[in-house]
Amino acid sequence: MAEPFGVQGCALLAIATGKRAQTLRELRDHLETVDQECIYYHFWGDMLRPSFDEPEFSNDFASWARHGLHDHKLAERLGVIDPTDYENLEDLRLELIEVIEQRLDEGEMVPWSRADQQFHFLRSQIVVFDTKTRIRKPSRLATIVPKMTAGSVFYHFIDARRRTSYNLDDFSSWLWGFGNTYEDLIGRIAAVDPYFSTLAETRLRLSSLFRSYFSGRKR
Amino acid sequence: MSSVLDRYSGIVGAHVTDHLRQLASRLVGLKIVHVNSTRKGGGVAEILERFVPLMNELGLDATWEVIEGDGGFYQCTKRFHNALQGNPVDIPEPLFQAYEETNASTAERLRPVLENADFVFIHDPQPAPLLALCPARRGKWIWRCHIDVSHPHRPVWRYLRKYVDGYDASIFSLPAFSQRLSHPQYIIPPSIDALSEKNMDLDDAEIRAVHETFGLNPDRPMLLQVSRFDRFKDPVGVIRAYRLAKHFVPLQLVLAGGSATDDPEGAGVLDEVRSAAADDPDIHVLDLPPDAHRTINALQRAADIVLQKSVKEGFGLVVTEAMWKGKPVIGGDTGGIRLQVINHHTGFLVGSPEGAALRTRYLLHHRDRLEEMGRKAKALVRENFLLTRQLREVLTLMVALTYGAAERIELG
Repeated sequence: MAEPFGVQGCALLAIATGKRAQTLRELRDHLETVDQECIYYHFWGDMLRPSFDEPEFSNDFASWARHGLHDHKLAERLGVIDPTDYENLEDLRLELIEVIEQRLDEGEMVPWSRADQQFHFLRSQIVVFDTKTRIRKPSRLATIVPKMTAGSVFYHFIDARRRTSYNLDDFSSWLWGFGNTYEDLIGRIAAVDPYFSTLAETRLRLSSLFRSYFSGRKR
Repeated sequence: MSSVLDRYSGIVGAHVTDHLRQLASRLVGLKIVHVNSTRKGGGVAEILERFVPLMNELGLDATWEVIEGDGGFYQCTKRFHNALQGNPVDIPEPLFQAYEETNASTAERLRPVLENADFVFIHDPQPAPLLALCPARRGKWIWRCHIDVSHPHRPVWRYLRKYVDGYDASIFSLPAFSQRLSHPQYIIPPSIDALSEKNMDLDDAEIRAVHETFGLNPDRPMLLQVSRFDRFKDPVGVIRAYRLAKHFVPLQLVLAGGSATDDPEGAGVLDEVRSAAADDPDIHVLDLPPDAHRTINALQRAADIVLQKSVKEGFGLVVTEAMWKGKPVIGGDTGGIRLQVINHHTGFLVGSPEGAALRTRYLLHHRDRLEEMGRKAKALVRENFLLTRQLREVLTLMVALTYGAAERIELG
C-alpha cells in the first residue's frame, strides 16, 4: 500500500540576476554561464507569473527573438523546443546554445535589439509548503485535483519532472506505488502535455481524466 | 458585510484566496510595518489602503506608518522622483539636509515600532534612510521601489544607493528597473484593487451621467486617454491620432488629466493641449482633481476605446484600470504597457499617432473584435494584475526571506 499523497502548495518568485543581453551573441554568452534556475524560469516561469494565456511563444527566449531581435526564423526554432523532451536542464541549455549558434553562423550580422528591449535574465525562487491535504485512495484524485491551486498543479505535475528519477509527475509516481493497478491511468496522464497549456487548462484536463477514469467511464 | 478576501474570492475564484491563506498560515502573528510618505493620494497609498487590511485578515499583524516632513523634504523627494526617472536634476545641499533631518526625526518617533517588527516594507526613496537609523532592528527590511529607475540620474542614484544597499531585499516592478545592489532584487509587478472607487462596478445610470456632466455626445464613439498632462504621455499625439481617425469615423476624444499644480511643466503642457484642441467641440480636455476616482471610473466605462499613447511609461496602471473595465487599449510600445497590451489580443501597441489612428478605425469598424479584445483584456487583468496576485508574491517573498535564501525552499 502506498503512502498517502501529500498535496503541496507552491509559489514562484522572480529575482533579477543583473545579466542582460542586447545582441544574440550576448544571449549566447550568458546562456553558457547562467544558473540552471534561469533556464528553468524562462521556460516554465510563465505559468506562475503575470502572463497572457495565449502566448505566441511558450518560452521567453523565443519571444525575445521575435519581438526584441525581430528574427522570426530564430523565434520559431526556439519556440518549438519543448523542455519536457530533455532529461535535465543542462541538456536543455545545450540545445538552446546549439540553436543560437547555428543562427549566428547563418547570418552576416549579429542580430541586436533596441536598448529598451533587452533580454533580462531572471532566476526563480520556489517556495513549497505542505497544505496538510492528504489523499489516501487514488479515486479521491477526482475530487481533490479540481480544487488544487495553480501552485499545487505546477508543483505536482510540472516541477515533479525535475525531482524524480524517471522525470515523472507526482501523480504517476504515486500511482505506481499500487503496482500495475493503475498502469492504464498512468498512460493517460502521460498524454497530458503541460507545456503549451495554462495551469488552469492542465488542472481541467487532469480533473476530467480522473473523473472519467474513476467513474468507470473509461474512454 | 463579507470580508475583503471573500469579496475577492467572488472575483478571482476560491483557488486564489485559498493559496493566499495557505501562504499566510506560515506568517500568522508576525509584525509587519509599511512606511511610505502619504496616507492619501498616489498609487502607493491606494495599494496600502487595501493591502494592510488584507494582511490583517490573513492573520498577520500589519500596520502602516507615514513619514512627514516640511517643504524642504518634499521638494527634495520630488526631485529624487524626477531624477530617478532619468531627468538630470540638481539638488541643493539644504534639501539633502531637510531629507536627512526628516528621516532622523521620523526614526526617533517610529524606532520602537520599526526595530520590533518582523518585516518592514519601506516604500520608495522618501523613508529609505530609516534602515540605518534603526540599528537594533531584528526583522527583515525590504525596499519597495515603485518608480521607473531604469535610467536614473546617476549622482542622485549614487546618493540613495548608500541607503538602499543595506536592505535584506528590494522589489522592483519590472526587470528593466533593477539595479546593481548587493541583495536579492525581486520582480513584482504592481496591481489594481478591483474593489476601490476607481475600479468597482458602477450602475449604468452613473456611467451615463458623465455624458451630461461633461457635455459628451452619448451617440458618438468615445476615445479616452487618462493621464497627467505630461509630454511623456503624448497628449498632443493623441489629438493628432483622433483627427486622423475622425476623417473616416464619427468620433469624440476625452483627455482627462490630473491637476497640474504640483508639476512645473504640467501647466505648459496643458496649454499646448488646449491649443492643439483648438475649438473642436468633440475634444474634451478635463482637468480633474486628484480624488476624482469615481469620475475616472465612469469615463473609462463610458469609453469605446482607451488610449495610452505614452512614449515613456513606468508600468502604466491606468492601462490596467481600463482593461479591467473590458476596454481594449491602444498603447505606446514602451515600458509596462508591453506587459499588458498583448498586440492584437488585448489591444494594439503603436509607435505613432498614425498607428493609433489606424487601430482606432479598425476597432470601430469591427465591433466584434473590439468586444472580444475587451473580454480578453479583462481576463488578463483578473489573472495577473489584481491585488491578490501582488499579495501572493509579497507573502511568498516574506516566507522565502524567513526560511533562507535558497533557490528552493521546502517547508514541512
